[in-house]
Amino acid sequence: MSKKHIKTTVNDVEHEILVDSTWTLLETLRDHLGLTGTKEGCSNGNCGACTVMIDDKSSCSCLVLAPEIDGRKVTTVEGLADHGHLSPVQDAFVENSGLQCGFCTPGFMIAATALLNENPHPTENEIRLKLAGNLCRCTGYDKIVRSVQDAAERLSKS
Amino acid sequence: MPNFDYEAPTSLKTALGFLSGNGEIRPLAGGTDVIDQLKSNRRNADLVVDLKRVPELLDLELDEGRLRIGAAVSCTEVHNLTSENDCFPALSEASELIGSIHIQNRASIGGNVCNAAPSADTIPPLLVHEAVAHTASATGEREIPLIDFFAGPGQTVLQKGEILKELVLPASSPNAASAYLRFIPRNEMDIAVAGVGSLIEVEPSSNIVKKARIALASVAPTPVRAYAAEQFLEGSTADKTTIEEAADLAVQAAVPITDVRGSAEYRKELVKVLTKRTLNICVERLA
Repeated sequence: MSKKHIKTTVNDVEHEILVDSTWTLLETLRDHLGLTGTKEGCSNGNCGACTVMIDDKSSCSCLVLAPEIDGRKVTTVEGLADHGHLSPVQDAFVENSGLQCGFCTPGFMIAATALLNENPHPTENEIRLKLAGNLCRCTGYDKIVRSVQDAAERLSKS
Repeated sequence: MPNFDYEAPTSLKTALGFLSGNGEIRPLAGGTDVIDQLKSNRRNADLVVDLKRVPELLDLELDEGRLRIGAAVSCTEVHNLTSENDCFPALSEASELIGSIHIQNRASIGGNVCNAAPSADTIPPLLVHEAVAHTASATGEREIPLIDFFAGPGQTVLQKGEILKELVLPASSPNAASAYLRFIPRNEMDIAVAGVGSLIEVEPSSNIVKKARIALASVAPTPVRAYAAEQFLEGSTADKTTIEEAADLAVQAAVPITDVRGSAEYRKELVKVLTKRTLNICVERLA
């Protein structure tokens, strides 16, 4: 195992970190940068609780090694709000009760944000397909889908 | 996670130098299989060589209909290019089926091939489009027709120190169409119980099938071609009767196992149904 010196931008803040070559991005965010909004669920790419954006593309942070993000831009759930103001996606989840226990919510919000960045007016089917990599055991998904539809409307008005 | 070193070379030559070293050396592209395998001790590594900074392996080029896919190019990029240009439809469909969008954004088509799962969704489409694997090692390069690339579940013919450099798909005839379908018990995020890719090329004046290619996933230790069904279709007209017969013949190429995903008998039935459906889609696409 070797140490690697990496530079990365997380939520618009530049970091220089000494990482172990075997750390995952998820461990790096939670245990070394204190960004515990990103959750660990299955740790093998099935559940989406650890979803972050790497260079604006949604990715499972449990399946990325820390040195892989050298020079890359990472966005976590902590980076969605702007100076304390929730993003339209966050507001929509709150107002549509798109969550119950909340464990999957950071992953869903990142996945929804990435989806709406690429496709501002998704159909219900497209929302369900593109969020299929995020599991929720509480809501039954309907309120999450409604939250994303509402977020799309909010974004189109903003 | 085993203890390993990590290198991210920025040239192919340096990468091949690392790969020809001693010990267990693991190339890394998207990592969606490899990192999970390392974590669960299904594969070991002394050194992980990240190939995502090697320019040749990130090339994705559509040139006069010929598609070159660098080994580290993501499923999302391949899906976007092929759907925007309306080409290689079977591959376009399969690259949007693997795992979730979060997986497709990282996972490479080259990695799907090198991981060599019998169920890999992109392999039947690559086979029906007659992909050639271009490999590289410190001692030279090779071109291997993809059908000869697989040696068993998780096994390829790559030698120690040799990597897949790119997949090259020859231009498709304007009179050809392809399709890929898999069966899974849910709508998404699952491993194929069986998968079938089909391609037919017709003689436009007569509608007679000039070329037929049918490839199967998840029904043998490696992906396989259904040669008997292909030969039967070539020279005939693709209609209801011949498609039914070809679907029956495709089952001959399937030697499935019974496991938690499905019985051998069920998988053979799936091959028949999916062959019929993919051939019908090809016919619709040609109309």
